[in-house]
Amino acid sequence: MIAESGHYALVLALGLALIQSTVPILGARWRDFALMNVARSTAVAQLLFVAASFAALVTLHVSSDFSVANVFENSHSMKPLIYKITGVWGNHEGSMLLWVSILALFGGMVAMFGNNLPISLRAHVLAVQAWIASAFYLFILITSNPFLRMANPPIEGQDLNPVLQDIGLAVHPPMLYLGYVGFSISFSFAIAALIEGRIDAAWARWVRPWTLVAWIFLTLGIAMGSYWAYYELGWGGWWFWDPVENASLMPWLAGTALLHSLVVMEKRNALKVWTILLSILAFSLSLLGTFLVRSGVLTSVHAFANDPRRGVFILLILCVFIGGSLSFYAWRASALKQGGLFAPISREGALVFNNLLLTTACATVFVGTLYPLALEVMTGDKISVGAPFFNLTFGPLFVPLMVAVPFGPLLAWKRGDLLAAAQRLMAAGVAALMVVAVVSAWTLGGSTFAPLAIGLAVFVIFGALSDTAERIGLFRIPLLATIRRARGLPRSAWGTMFAHAGVGVALIGIVCETTWNSENIKSMKPGDVTSIAGYNLKLDGLTQRQGPNYREMAALFSVKLDGRPLDIMTPSKRNFTTRGATTTEAALLTRGASQLYISLGDVAADGSVAVRIYHKPLVLLIWFGPVLMAFGGMLSLSDRRLRVGAPKPAKSLRGLQAAE
Amino acid sequence: MTRKQRRLTIIGGSLVVLGVAAALVLNAMRDSIVFFSTPMMVAEKHIQPGKRFRLGGLVQPGSLVHGDNLKVTFEVADGSAALPVSYQGILPDLFREGQGVVAEGALDASGVFKADIVLAKHDENYMPKDVADALKKQGHWKDEYGAKSDGKTTAAGSDSGPSRAAQREQGTVQ
Repeated sequence: MIAESGHYALVLALGLALIQSTVPILGARWRDFALMNVARSTAVAQLLFVAASFAALVTLHVSSDFSVANVFENSHSMKPLIYKITGVWGNHEGSMLLWVSILALFGGMVAMFGNNLPISLRAHVLAVQAWIASAFYLFILITSNPFLRMANPPIEGQDLNPVLQDIGLAVHPPMLYLGYVGFSISFSFAIAALIEGRIDAAWARWVRPWTLVAWIFLTLGIAMGSYWAYYELGWGGWWFWDPVENASLMPWLAGTALLHSLVVMEKRNALKVWTILLSILAFSLSLLGTFLVRSGVLTSVHAFANDPRRGVFILLILCVFIGGSLSFYAWRASALKQGGLFAPISREGALVFNNLLLTTACATVFVGTLYPLALEVMTGDKISVGAPFFNLTFGPLFVPLMVAVPFGPLLAWKRGDLLAAAQRLMAAGVAALMVVAVVSAWTLGGSTFAPLAIGLAVFVIFGALSDTAERIGLFRIPLLATIRRARGLPRSAWGTMFAHAGVGVALIGIVCETTWNSENIKSMKPGDVTSIAGYNLKLDGLTQRQGPNYREMAALFSVKLDGRPLDIMTPSKRNFTTRGATTTEAALLTRGASQLYISLGDVAADGSVAVRIYHKPLVLLIWFGPVLMAFGGMLSLSDRRLRVGAPKPAKSLRGLQAAE
Repeated sequence: MTRKQRRLTIIGGSLVVLGVAAALVLNAMRDSIVFFSTPMMVAEKHIQPGKRFRLGGLVQPGSLVHGDNLKVTFEVADGSAALPVSYQGILPDLFREGQGVVAEGALDASGVFKADIVLAKHDENYMPKDVADALKKQGHWKDEYGAKSDGKTTAAGSDSGPSRAAQREQGTVQ
């Protein structure tokens, strides 16, 4: 019953989406307010039905109803409750249902909180949103229905892939999807602006909070995924440049560029045409990401060819939406009026520079990700494009961007003074040079590149801090006055500071981890002692343990530093009986921002076990940086001027409530 | 500054950045991409010692030998030819004789493939895509290799799911 109602709710949602994608547009044509307002009620109703459908699938998973194929393939009655729930999106069908649920959530939020949007703009935005939704409902219903029943229900399920039975991966997909799908709002706004042929600073103010929300989630989602890969896959890598990661990095780069160009548009009414293009690109790249991950084209070209329905369907969606929106853009963009003038050296100029480098970096990732696929399709040659390629292309493009980051906020709008900005960054520059000197002296004979990169990161961090210090008059005026000024400083300025500093922090983590990471791979017997980076590790013994749906072999390591006992680490290897699969659970010992990392290999016949021990200096900064960026984003989002819907004074009460 | 000048500045700047990016990409394409071969292709093409490539095939049953210090040797075969591989480090969880494997590294002077990365298939049914395609091409494909994998791989996991993990199931050398 539950499966059937879930399926039915999804069909109803499709029906509503079809109404929502046509009626409001006609309403806008005929200036009929009743018809335009249909968009609101259908968007909210659609959200309810999709939520019901999603809830139905969750219920099926929680109650282990193995007569539903999706539950049978991905669940097991012994699985802990939390993984029964997260297992819902740990598979293709369920994750697509999550995708549309989030899409409906965003649509519903625009409908509910968009009180002060011009009514025709809202109608158009929701209609475009419904086009996307309809396409994906059709995709789910035709090719990947999660509610399919099985003819002969088995008594036990096949269990979820053990690698996915982890809390990190439980939160990662929803976050990532909130990011991916969040860009659909800026996309819909862009298309609506093109339909209406009108776009102004107010448009940017409406779009910016939505883009910011999407960007915050995408940032956290990517960081989370990277941390998961680090501790779960057992060999301490945190970024692999593999296509699945690149698929999430590309929309992030485009989205970051979009955030910055929206600022220009909001403040200076310039870069309109470009901003529209970026909105389209950010979401197109999200769709591309969905295609790469969901069509199976990456895992296996022949799997794609054997069961082409899904892949071809998504490819079709991709072509229609990307091709359609870009042609529409080419056709209508010239109708948009030109914006304000600015000199190349100015805040606008700096933001254009930022956009240029971010989009170019994004393009290199695009080439590196799709070139192997294209080459294989055309010539049959198989190549792999890995980290070296991206280090050689992405890296050099990011250096000038990082150098420019502190300058941006210091330049005035319209016409800036580069020299004055440089003078104000003197302190940051000196700090950076000192750090370069100290680090080089400390690691004499080591890498020459690492101290420079750390200096650059310090420059970015201090640049961000000194801008704020300057503005609140830190140490220049009495403390009380400083505090008053700090309170008066717009939250978005604080947001900028945290976000920019976060970039520097992440860079320090990346450089330290890649340069001074030490590793020790050997085979050990109980009683053996080894050391790494000053730590002494003794293998005390091996034990067997029984988990809810797995057996594990754990090794006990006692860790000593300078002869004093510090802690006990227990890496383990889990064997999941249902799938016969093994996972490696690394043990982590956090000291400040650095970590000691142990993972196990196989046990040999003589009772010795292969171990992999790493010391990763400052590795946590890699993820702390993105967290800071996201925190900056949240501060910015809470800025009065950016409250969702940007309330007009008369309606302020309603608008403010909406924002909380 | 007029609108026209401003636009020219921006376009000029963009072209410079794009030019630099294109140069970087082409340069990186020349040096840092890695081709895929099977043992038979290695025998036919006479790949130079020291040139990096990826070797794919099945681990020859009975060929796996563990040495001291986590040194291992095994043979990778594709039905027509076999190539000895040496590796030092921890093999992936799912490395097994008779199963698909992809190793990255280079040939040494004596014709042994020295691998510094070993990627193994992800679950019981997954076959590395390069290996599967190559085996099919040479007519050594057995249906049971991919019996479930076709359905599985498309339906597999969430975003960072098995496909990603498959690429990661690897070891690195000291």
